[in-house]
Amino acid sequence: MTGTLLFFGGLVAFALWWLSRQGLAAKPWLESGVPGDAPAGDTTISAAKIGLAIFMAVVSTLLVLLLSAYSMRMEMADWSPPPRPGLLWANTAVLVLASIALHHAVHAAKRGRRDAVASSLLVGGTAGLFFVLGQLLAWRELASAGYLPANNPADAFFYLITALHGLHLLGGLVALGRTGTTLRRAPLARLQLSLELCASYWHFLMAAWIVLFVALAFAPPLDWLVALCTAPLR
Amino acid sequence: MIVALIFVLVAVGSVVFHLLSPWWWTPIASNWTYIDATITMTFWITGGVFVAVVLFLAYCVFRFRAVPGGRATYEPENKRLEVWLTVATALGVAAMLAPGLFVWSRYISVPAHATEIEVVGQQWRWSYRLPGPDGRLGAVETRLIGPDNPLGLVPGDAAGQDDIIIEAEDLHLPIGRPVKVLLRSIDVLHDFYVPEFRAKMDMVPGSVTYFWFTPTRTGTFDVLCAELCGSGHSMMRSRVMVQTAADYQAWLEGQRSFAQLANRK
Amino acid sequence: MSELAHGADGPIPAAEVPEMELPHPHGWWTTYVFSQDAKVIGIQYSLTALAIGMVALVLSWLMRLQLGFPGTFSFIDPQAYYQFITMHGMIMVVYLLTALFLGGFGNYLIPLMLGARDMVFPFVNMLSYWIYLLAVLVLVASFFVPGGPTGAGWTLYPPQAILTGTPGRDWGIVLMLVSLCLFIAGFTMGGLNYVVTVLQARTRGMTLMRMPLTIWGILTATVMALLAFPALFVGAVMLLLDRVLGTSFFMPTLVEMGQQLRYGGGSPILFQHLFWFFGHPEVYIVALPAFGIVSDLISTHARRNIFGYRMMVWAIVVIGALSFVVWAHHMYVSGMHPWFGFFFATTTLIIAIPTAIKVYNWLLTLWHGNIHLNVPMLFALGFIVTFVNGGLTGLFLGNVVVDVPLSDTMFVVAHFHMVMGVAPVMVIFGGMYHWYPKVTGRMLDSAMGKVHFWVTFLGAYAIFFPMHYLGLLGVPRRYYEIGETSFVPASAHDLNAFISVVALVVGAAQMLFLFNLIWSLWHGKDAGPNPWRATTLEWQTPETPPGHGNWGRELPVVYRWAYDYAVPGVEQDFVPQNQPLPPRAQVAKGDATP
Repeated sequence: MTGTLLFFGGLVAFALWWLSRQGLAAKPWLESGVPGDAPAGDTTISAAKIGLAIFMAVVSTLLVLLLSAYSMRMEMADWSPPPRPGLLWANTAVLVLASIALHHAVHAAKRGRRDAVASSLLVGGTAGLFFVLGQLLAWRELASAGYLPANNPADAFFYLITALHGLHLLGGLVALGRTGTTLRRAPLARLQLSLELCASYWHFLMAAWIVLFVALAFAPPLDWLVALCTAPLR
Repeated sequence: MIVALIFVLVAVGSVVFHLLSPWWWTPIASNWTYIDATITMTFWITGGVFVAVVLFLAYCVFRFRAVPGGRATYEPENKRLEVWLTVATALGVAAMLAPGLFVWSRYISVPAHATEIEVVGQQWRWSYRLPGPDGRLGAVETRLIGPDNPLGLVPGDAAGQDDIIIEAEDLHLPIGRPVKVLLRSIDVLHDFYVPEFRAKMDMVPGSVTYFWFTPTRTGTFDVLCAELCGSGHSMMRSRVMVQTAADYQAWLEGQRSFAQLANRK
Repeated sequence: MSELAHGADGPIPAAEVPEMELPHPHGWWTTYVFSQDAKVIGIQYSLTALAIGMVALVLSWLMRLQLGFPGTFSFIDPQAYYQFITMHGMIMVVYLLTALFLGGFGNYLIPLMLGARDMVFPFVNMLSYWIYLLAVLVLVASFFVPGGPTGAGWTLYPPQAILTGTPGRDWGIVLMLVSLCLFIAGFTMGGLNYVVTVLQARTRGMTLMRMPLTIWGILTATVMALLAFPALFVGAVMLLLDRVLGTSFFMPTLVEMGQQLRYGGGSPILFQHLFWFFGHPEVYIVALPAFGIVSDLISTHARRNIFGYRMMVWAIVVIGALSFVVWAHHMYVSGMHPWFGFFFATTTLIIAIPTAIKVYNWLLTLWHGNIHLNVPMLFALGFIVTFVNGGLTGLFLGNVVVDVPLSDTMFVVAHFHMVMGVAPVMVIFGGMYHWYPKVTGRMLDSAMGKVHFWVTFLGAYAIFFPMHYLGLLGVPRRYYEIGETSFVPASAHDLNAFISVVALVVGAAQMLFLFNLIWSLWHGKDAGPNPWRATTLEWQTPETPPGHGNWGRELPVVYRWAYDYAVPGVEQDFVPQNQPLPPRAQVAKGDATP
């Protein structure tokens, strides 16, 4: 649970930092009138972006909890992780490519280059699709080598974590597809927001995958971290 | 008026119920009188707070009920009052927490000379294992459990040969000797619960949990399961007999060890 | 702070907020069924939650019949009994309380109280309700599958939950887990809406510190729920895989009824950590909206500003943050490392301090108030009594060593029913009597309301207060019958019978409430826009009930906090939040030294 607690510590610290800037020490009964001219709600960032940020925080919580469960189980004596298919390296590269392509799409839209947006989206979507296919192939490789979910918890964790990440990625593909279909009709300025949202989500999926990949394939020993956090208890 | 009176009655009624209640904890039969003392003290503190809060509520309802032309007092906050209340609450909480943590540290430190015994739970019965003359319990593995090895002792382990196996019978304990109870389950969660001992702990399949106590009173006590374990949960019963050292020895001599049981078959 | 007072001399024109592109309904279906109006969605959530809550109420009757009169009702066998307690618990905690407070009250009140036209993502909001409904239907379906619903207890602890010794092992547990996953997905959609709406769609002048405490409670609870539900989701998915695919996340090597199973290597404690990492915040996910709503009820009906508003806000935030580091107090006797006991007992008792501050401030709001003892106020008072009672018994159970003899006894059942059953339900009723006039334009009948309150409050207290003493005696919870024991006297059985009879009466009183809800739709007194003379924005809408978009042409502008009752120097005893005059600068104030 160390990882979870650190992650939550981060979230709480951010929330408190944000709240501390909202004048929580104000005495509202002494104030009347309208503060400033701007509406109270912070409208400089669009609602959709904040919504996406919160959604990504929720998904991160999910993945961090999974990783904590994984690391708690890993500490037990009989832990025997499955081999790591070499394909995962290729998949990682493909996902990075998708992320770069979407980043490029956002910039192309800013400069008003519709063709570049279209081609970047196409590259990004295809790369995403290939990532999913690659993951499925990696599953098949493991399964045919006899590493099935019911065999042992380490194998089961591998399938579960990759599956949950994959499902979120499929959701990202759907969003990307919807943006792609509106590309022909809508003016670029209106597409800008959807493109930025898609790009952020895909960067997030890529970052999440890299963390998961490192945890699954290399199982870095976190003993020093645990020791640090439990030191006061000893 | 009537409303305030009813709230007063709720507070007074609760106290009267507490004082007159025939339902109170069972006479203790272990060394954990500290636990009872902590509960009693917690009752005093929380009971005082509860009565004070409800009576104050009733007073407010009576004294500040709406009357024609009435008007509330405008007072957004009162820092001094709030600080005092916070400090008083913190002190009350600390007064309950400190003894609680102190007793907990005793609860989890087992005396070095405690006798280890094992309780095994399964749907829906209890089995026990005593260490035998060598004073050590032999190794076990859930994989080895079968009709002729119901507790899964490792046959090659010398320490386990003299272990005394008690199946479908009462557990006997000598009075005044601290016991470390090792808890093991072979299927689902159970919880070895004897109300008179106060102490209890869940049994978790796949690991061994423990608690310790010293029986202080002879007698026969009910063993119940305190963690939902399926449809037979409430029927999962056994008994513990706490006996004098002499009686216990006499009973012990009639019991059979793992090796004896294995030879019989 | 005084810089805010500029421009307070006259009304300020409404901000040039462009009218939101609201998905206006085109006919009956999109008005009442597939509506994207948060108010309609809130009502849909509330009605669905009440309907499934009735099922849970009937289940509680059945289990009380068995406990009070064991052996009398032959159709209640142990399997059925454990199915009843499981479904009762899960429905009440998740599908009733969580859904009603956040989905019901949250949807209805957030846009109205903040001066918004609607939630920021109306379509996602609608989807959230329909997924919730689907989750409820999947849950209900488990009553009709072979083997019936799961009887694993609402905590669903493995290995028991998926082994054959537990009823509903075939289909019931699968449907339960699927339903929970759906609920979480649906809730996440709604929760994103609530948070972003509070952050983004507040009207001009509505600073965070001017928000009514109801919104603070709902906002904090939603943030907590968004972060806590993933733990349940992870646990549910893993348990589902253990059940369906035969993985061993939570399943160690087992011998079930003499048979070696294929499982091996899993950790049952891991599930408990995941479950309670969700489960404890869940208590506060239910409690915080109740805290917020009851603050507003007390302030409005005592005609007095809420006492210590800032402390109340800080306490909500602190409780919300602390509630993530107390989960293992549900696991003191689970066999986890005993050192954790020190940490979790300390954090658990610390959380009592901000909670106590809230109680004091409610009492101090009543003090020197002008208390109108109408039905919402009565329920608020009932909440204080039951919540304080249940909160104080929490100090027993949170104090690790005291928990040892009391855990898994009826004491625990009495404690959590008092603190997160009866107390929040009191607030739900109080809130419904309070806001029904806004939702329908008519008042709920107050004579029926008073009968409903006294039977519910005194009855519930008579059920759960004596139940603590059964727990002290040592009667374990989740027992189909106590059976033969040497320590339970015959009088305890009489007490059980008494509790059961009262439970039947209290349940019947809820039928009166449902009748009142329907009867008052046609026969209730006309309410007018602001029957309680309240300050918050939802009472200042141009229409009652408010139309789609809430505010007509112009959004309201907020000039003051939500608690200007009995302001000195103002004749009227309340000043609505959107009323600019009288300028506050002219009002004499004792502590006005900015």
